Amino acid sequence: MSKNSRLLLAALAVVVIAGLIVIPMNFNRYGLYILSQWAVMTIAAMGLNLTLGYAGQVSLAQGAFVGIGAYGAAILTSHGWPLIAALGLVIVICFIVGWLLGYPALRVQHHYLAFVTLAFSTLAFLVFRNESWMTNGIYGISNIPRPEIFGFPTRKPLPFYYLCLGSLALVTLAMWWLIRSPWGRAFMALRENPIRAQSLGIDTRRYTLMAFAIGSVLGGIAGVLYAPLTQYVDPVPFNLQLSLDLLMMVIVGGAGFMLGPFLGAMIAVLLPEWLRVAEGYYLMLYALAVIALLIYSPTGILGILDRYLSSRRTQAASALRAAAQSKLEAAQ
Amino acid sequence: MTAVLDVRDVKKSFGGITAVDGVSFDVQEGEILGLIGPNGCGKSTLFNCILGQLVPSAGEVRVDGKLVTGQRPAELNRLGVSRTFQLLQVFPKLSVRDNLILAGQEHRGSMMSRLFGPSDAGLTETADQMIGFFKLEHLADEPAGGLSYGQQKLLDAAMAFMGGPRLVLLDEPAGGVNPTMLGDLKERLIAINRERRATFVVIEHNMEFVMSLCSRVMVMAEGKVLAIGKPDEIRANPAVVEAYLGH
Repeated sequence: MSKNSRLLLAALAVVVIAGLIVIPMNFNRYGLYILSQWAVMTIAAMGLNLTLGYAGQVSLAQGAFVGIGAYGAAILTSHGWPLIAALGLVIVICFIVGWLLGYPALRVQHHYLAFVTLAFSTLAFLVFRNESWMTNGIYGISNIPRPEIFGFPTRKPLPFYYLCLGSLALVTLAMWWLIRSPWGRAFMALRENPIRAQSLGIDTRRYTLMAFAIGSVLGGIAGVLYAPLTQYVDPVPFNLQLSLDLLMMVIVGGAGFMLGPFLGAMIAVLLPEWLRVAEGYYLMLYALAVIALLIYSPTGILGILDRYLSSRRTQAASALRAAAQSKLEAAQ
Repeated sequence: MTAVLDVRDVKKSFGGITAVDGVSFDVQEGEILGLIGPNGCGKSTLFNCILGQLVPSAGEVRVDGKLVTGQRPAELNRLGVSRTFQLLQVFPKLSVRDNLILAGQEHRGSMMSRLFGPSDAGLTETADQMIGFFKLEHLADEPAGGLSYGQQKLLDAAMAFMGGPRLVLLDEPAGGVNPTMLGDLKERLIAINRERRATFVVIEHNMEFVMSLCSRVMVMAEGKVLAIGKPDEIRANPAVVEAYLGH
């Protein structure tokens, strides 16, 4: 990437971040709720993007981890735990459960793995619904308190939105670090060619389990924010539908691209809101938009950008070659 | 002196077919052993048994005197055994440089230290040296999938050397490579063999390439060792001529 385009990108990032901070100050309660939900879902989708987009392991269980996080936060904060402590415990639980869920991936891949993770998703939903002693069953848990962060209460929608946005920023930084570390390279090797990866000393078993564990932790973190956002959890939002939605966010945004989940979550969370003018038809329009996008670009929105950039690079390279050629001919 | 690679009575059967039938040989430090034989004679299966991709039905494999039979490929690689594949095996979406860094990174520190260490695992310089050595400088930042077949073959070979291996098994490195590039490849292999005392076993069908590169040649037929010796002895061996070289 040239220096100019790097600068342009940095400027764009600053504008977007400033926009995300300043513009919502004028939003009403509902607008802030939707935007907070976007931030939360982006975190969950980033987790799945690691497992699926970078490490190439199909999972239909990400929604279950959001559920584990949400129930963990709801139960613990209702018992007087601070949210940050609940977060700590949820991270540990999701890491362990995600690690264990990775074991089937060492034996089966692709659609078989999808079925195994789908079964886990169903199992988690049944636990949320049936273990009423812990989860209060179909009645759910209400009056979930919103936390105080360094003494600042986040009960009002705007501060809570900033909490979600700040968490998203931290998770993004951590993710960026992970992807550009040697681990990120190993995850991609796992996706592109596990046999060759093994022959280069890459412990594919350990990296597969790690991809599941870390991806699941991000699902859990999203859940920990989800509970105080809605201030009420019941089993329904965490059924298979959520896992499918998260999968769609990753694919539509562009699997294996750092910013894919941001766009994917935007489309999944915000587009239905914008399409509400179409009233009863909005779901149909929404479905058509997604189908059209995936026919046009199976690699998602960022796939379009990626192809555009690489074709421009090819053009630039052939222009250089042509120039060198004509110089050479002139010299002869 | 213990052999770098010592293979004893290795057998591998798939159902009723015995692909490798009691093969024994050893390779001394700094040697380049050629492995030739007709298609389906068990060369690649033997490679896979040595490298842990397959577990032998019987027999023993030792590296530097250490028993490694049935160890997983990643563990073997960290012991200093590296390989290339018959079919192209680079990571197409990673850049040439990242392919090479990836090929060396697991030899640096522990998994945890790599996570918190530098993003290139301190290998950019080594990778760039290797890129220069294989004359791929102008392609260092290109995704490996965009390289020509011959260039990918060179990259594939370069990747096998990133971990500083003691023993490298090359499965048809010359297949589909044009003559100019083939000369380059041979020159590079000989240089690495001399400078780094790396030991090679090479499967190859290109006779000229094998006979000029290797210090010894082993001929396999129907899962067994037919002959082993210096290139000239092999050329003159009537059984080999009958089974493989043709009249």
